[in-house]
Amino acid sequence: MKFDTPATTNPIDQLKVIGKPTDRIDGPLKTTGTAPYAYERHDVVQNQAYGYMVGSAIAKGRIASIDVKAAKAAPGVLAIVTADNAGKLAKGSFNTAKLLGGPDIEHYHQAIAVVVAETFEQARTAANLVRIDYVPTKGVFELAAAKDSAKAPEANAFSGPPDTAAGDFAGAFAAAPVQLDAVYTTPDHAHVMMEPHASIAAWNGDKLTIWTSNQMIAWGVGDVAKTLGIPVENVRLDSPFIGGGFGGKLFVRSDALLAALGARAAGRPVKVALPRPLMINNTTHRPATIQRIRIGAARDGKITAIGHETWSGDLPGGGAELAANQTRLLYAGANRMTATRLAVLDLPEGNAMRAPGEAPGMMALEIAMDEMAEKLGLDPIEFRALNDTQVDPEHPERPFSQRQLVECMRIGAERFGWSKRNPKPGSVREGRWFVGTGVAAAFRNNLLTKSAARVRLDGRGTVTVETDMTDIGTGTYTIIGQTAAEMMGVPLEKVVVRLGDSSFPVSAGSGGQWGANNSTAGVYAACVKLREAVAQKLGFNSEEAVFADASVRAGNRSVPLAEAARDKEIIAEDAIEYGDLDKKYQQSTFGAHFVEVGVDVATAEVRLRRMLAVCAAGRILNPKSARSQVIGAMTMGAGAALMEELAVDKRLGFFVNHDLAGYEVPVHADIPHQDVIFLEETDPISSPMKAKGVGELGICGVGAAVANAIYNATGVRVRDYPITLDKLLTELPQTG
Amino acid sequence: MPSSSDFTRRDVLIVGAASVVATAAPNIAHGQVPASAAPIIAGAPVMSKVSLNVNGGIREVELDMRATLLDALRENLQLTGTKKGCDHGQCGACTVIVNGRRINSCLTLAVMHQGETITTIEGLGTPDNLHPMQAAFIKHDGYQCGYCTPGQICSAVAMLEEIKAGIPSHVSTDLTSAPQDTNEEYRERMSGNICRCGAYSNIVEAITEVAEGRA
Amino acid sequence: MKSFTYEKATSAADAAAAAARKEGTKFIAGGTNLLDLMKLEIETPTHLIDVNGLDLDKIEPTQDGGLRIGALVRNTDLAANERVRRDYGLLSRALLAGASGQLRNRATTAGNLLQRTRCPYFYDTNQRCNKRQPGSGCAAIGGINRQLAVVGASEACIATNPSDMAVAMRALDATVETVRPDGATRTIPIAEFHRLPGDTPHIETTLTAGELITAVTLPKPVGGKQIYRKVRDRASYAFALISVGAIVQPDGSGRVAVGGVAHKPWRVEAAEAEMPRGAQAVTERLLADAKPTEENGFKIPLVERTLGAVLTEARG
Repeated sequence: MKFDTPATTNPIDQLKVIGKPTDRIDGPLKTTGTAPYAYERHDVVQNQAYGYMVGSAIAKGRIASIDVKAAKAAPGVLAIVTADNAGKLAKGSFNTAKLLGGPDIEHYHQAIAVVVAETFEQARTAANLVRIDYVPTKGVFELAAAKDSAKAPEANAFSGPPDTAAGDFAGAFAAAPVQLDAVYTTPDHAHVMMEPHASIAAWNGDKLTIWTSNQMIAWGVGDVAKTLGIPVENVRLDSPFIGGGFGGKLFVRSDALLAALGARAAGRPVKVALPRPLMINNTTHRPATIQRIRIGAARDGKITAIGHETWSGDLPGGGAELAANQTRLLYAGANRMTATRLAVLDLPEGNAMRAPGEAPGMMALEIAMDEMAEKLGLDPIEFRALNDTQVDPEHPERPFSQRQLVECMRIGAERFGWSKRNPKPGSVREGRWFVGTGVAAAFRNNLLTKSAARVRLDGRGTVTVETDMTDIGTGTYTIIGQTAAEMMGVPLEKVVVRLGDSSFPVSAGSGGQWGANNSTAGVYAACVKLREAVAQKLGFNSEEAVFADASVRAGNRSVPLAEAARDKEIIAEDAIEYGDLDKKYQQSTFGAHFVEVGVDVATAEVRLRRMLAVCAAGRILNPKSARSQVIGAMTMGAGAALMEELAVDKRLGFFVNHDLAGYEVPVHADIPHQDVIFLEETDPISSPMKAKGVGELGICGVGAAVANAIYNATGVRVRDYPITLDKLLTELPQTG
Repeated sequence: MPSSSDFTRRDVLIVGAASVVATAAPNIAHGQVPASAAPIIAGAPVMSKVSLNVNGGIREVELDMRATLLDALRENLQLTGTKKGCDHGQCGACTVIVNGRRINSCLTLAVMHQGETITTIEGLGTPDNLHPMQAAFIKHDGYQCGYCTPGQICSAVAMLEEIKAGIPSHVSTDLTSAPQDTNEEYRERMSGNICRCGAYSNIVEAITEVAEGRA
Repeated sequence: MKSFTYEKATSAADAAAAAARKEGTKFIAGGTNLLDLMKLEIETPTHLIDVNGLDLDKIEPTQDGGLRIGALVRNTDLAANERVRRDYGLLSRALLAGASGQLRNRATTAGNLLQRTRCPYFYDTNQRCNKRQPGSGCAAIGGINRQLAVVGASEACIATNPSDMAVAMRALDATVETVRPDGATRTIPIAEFHRLPGDTPHIETTLTAGELITAVTLPKPVGGKQIYRKVRDRASYAFALISVGAIVQPDGSGRVAVGGVAHKPWRVEAAEAEMPRGAQAVTERLLADAKPTEENGFKIPLVERTLGAVLTEARG
């Protein structure tokens, strides 16, 4: 189905199933421990052996020699694979560094061997017996030091151009009576999803099946095939349950490759999970940024110039963190520029993490807006409202499909009690706490991408949806089920949803908050086709047929839906494909974050007291699971604001705090009750579902809202995330 | 290649391999004998039999002495509801209830639990017969990816019992009176269960409902 | 994890004797630190003696009005013990500030005293660490060391002791009871139990080979306001940046021990004389010889400010 004109009324608008806060259909499995994750598939293939990864002990250099004798002789060892005996391997299209290193080492903990043994304990012990001599070479590990060598990266499908400009930024900024010119930094962040990357691989002749944990099945199939040099037809991936991804499982990682290589070498199925202490340096992370933001405004608060430059680093051939992109779209201003620069760093591979670009970009931009509002003597909400734009500021002929940023701010202000806020920093004290509130905008684009699905109707009236779409905790099983139920006029209980298998039609996959809208639109397309087939089978005019109450009816005639498949299952397959509506219109999602913090007057410990997000993100397909997406993103954003930082050893070139004790993420005690409000919105420009993404919107801006609240509480402006107590301690107001 | 079952206790090889265990000094720090020239080949498995009372049934397992309770459950007994998130006591995904108490099953050896009573997520309820805490998690959407969820639920069930038993917490205002069922208490006491998806706010609502139902 | 043999101890003395007989032996109780380190092959015992079955899990009054805590008393039970809550609130509070509910259910009193540093370079076997591999150097010096020691450190090691419980034990003047392989018992004042790193950071306590902790004894209660303040980046389930354990008497005198600043719980009795004069005076004496790194200098004002808050709370 081609979607190239705005949606009109369609069966989804009935909202009998869609739009309801339905419990997740996979809930009974997940809460009873019966949902099978990758490493747990004891049932899929017999005789599984255990693989354990060996990671490089140096950040850069080469392996002089590997001695596997002792490891090979260790009890239970079945095979050891290194670059020496792995055969010819290519690098996946989505990988920057090789998944199996050697002899060249590109980053710390790069996989350089897998040891396969009968038991996990044997494999782990033998892995430690592999003796490696390295020749380290000097690397570049510090972004600040490499910044001046950074270059404009090549544009790609997700990035846009590295340099953008409209009007005369330099002139307008110089002439602006009120100016802000400030530098912000964000550190490297780790996804640290709870399920480590894991795969079971089994060969059947030259056919390979990998039960894995992956967000993007078709990308994964392509890269497994490419890496191993085998035809894509010979690769099957299956990933029905994924224990979190956040971008860290967008791509095939070493677990899958090592399992495949180990299985080939051992002649048996092999399972590999990345050990937690090796995960952070072995896999990808969100790169650190240095961001310079300049805003010039007239005294009335109208922005006349806005510029955002950002620097990040990655391995050779890697990509930039696109932290300036939202600044092209978020606020008005005739004169504007952005610049994105990329340095070469020899740290582990930088890549996408929840809301790549906008997450760190909004952390900086929305502090800058707070600072600018203060310089102008304006309330930060009024300042943002004053500079709202309903069109793409670089291309005023191009409107936003929907943009309710100001409404989000206003409704949130009312709900949060913003009017009661004391704007003077450091002026509210409650017991041992300085108390402050902060606000920030939320912004994240809505991306459209082709997505296919297959729908089956059987003789019992059960509708089965099959698509390689993944549910990484997003609620995808449920909203896909709701979509099919709505379209086919059956209760949700009559829908079976099967996901994550590469033998199913190729979907959008889970990433970039594009999953919900695109994958359900693909199911919509397949259901339209199934409705036509059913109508035809039952002798209805498909235009007139109404699908409701598990029946099909037109006029006075009504036939049970199951009747259509009484003799033979009916199968329909289709994809949603998009025209140029995303060119004609800017499609984005908007929100407002409100945060109240307490800052301990003695220790400067920051504790969150209240959090509210107001979101405008098109039709909300399931308010219960969508709300969870937002609170989860708020939690991750709170972590980025307050504690998350991969500590770089600038001498040795690795992330030192590479486990869950060292890399602190929020725990229960850090997170207060969270409120989320979704504005009524349908966006007919986005898809027949009239929905947009929401899973990443919630992380965009929340860090800055925390930072702004800390400023309001203490008068200390920290531009260097995370805002740990040591950055506040000696600056706190004196107390009596 | 021999399979693991080929190794039994009597097969443990005793030959000189002093270099394998050369870190004598740290042992002193733990109050034990320096391991200067221990005569054991690295990696030679010592097998052991252990009998566990898991979810109401006696389960005999033969396993590598090094197997944690977590791996015994997941790999030997194929009770994969208990999750391995970090294997180092840093996340809580492996939480099970042993003799009535929640513990991290990754940081204890299976052989240390001979005859003990272990309740895993599978023992609390099934999809068709949910434990009230499991039902409350579903109702309040107290999970997303689901990977930390069994640990959260086992932890929550045992945690409410700890409050009932009068065990104080870091946030209990008064050490000498009984701890209360409050949001703040739940948050502190559940902090050993990390949820990277960030379902905390909903998890606490689910726990609150169960606690109130009990009251 | 290296392979090991395993036995269940039948008595404390036998366990100590057995440990002396078999080289490479370690005792295991809670296992929450030892197994963590064994998985990384930072600890590589060849024989484990499981002491969990021993009759060392009681908390009993002593003749002089104190409390004798069995080595195997779990952290949860110690924190929840009625006597401890009433008379040694500092200990209860320190325990509850540590780890998680699950870990406290398993971790023991003796094991807590023996827990090893959380220095990230100690935990990464690719890196130099004099504690893990004597003579290899210290990668933490000049590296990432925001969490590490500011006082009592050496050129060989800047690790900190991560225990909260030990800080309280130090302030409460606990003594450690042990049994040795020859069956002899002895008591070690807590002040002498943990060592500073010097040039032998791998030797962390004054225990000798095969010596097994059987109990920790607290002298009779000293009263006063007992406050434990742990300061950390996240609100729970995190090691201390610093912690302050204080016992403050109505006249302003008292005791202070500090965690997260040194290789051992840090207490300087002479500094306590300054308590009536306030936090700044105490901290100046307490951390007089501090030599912070570029990253952890904040710990010094943090100790002072936290102590100030504690003293204010004690007065209130």
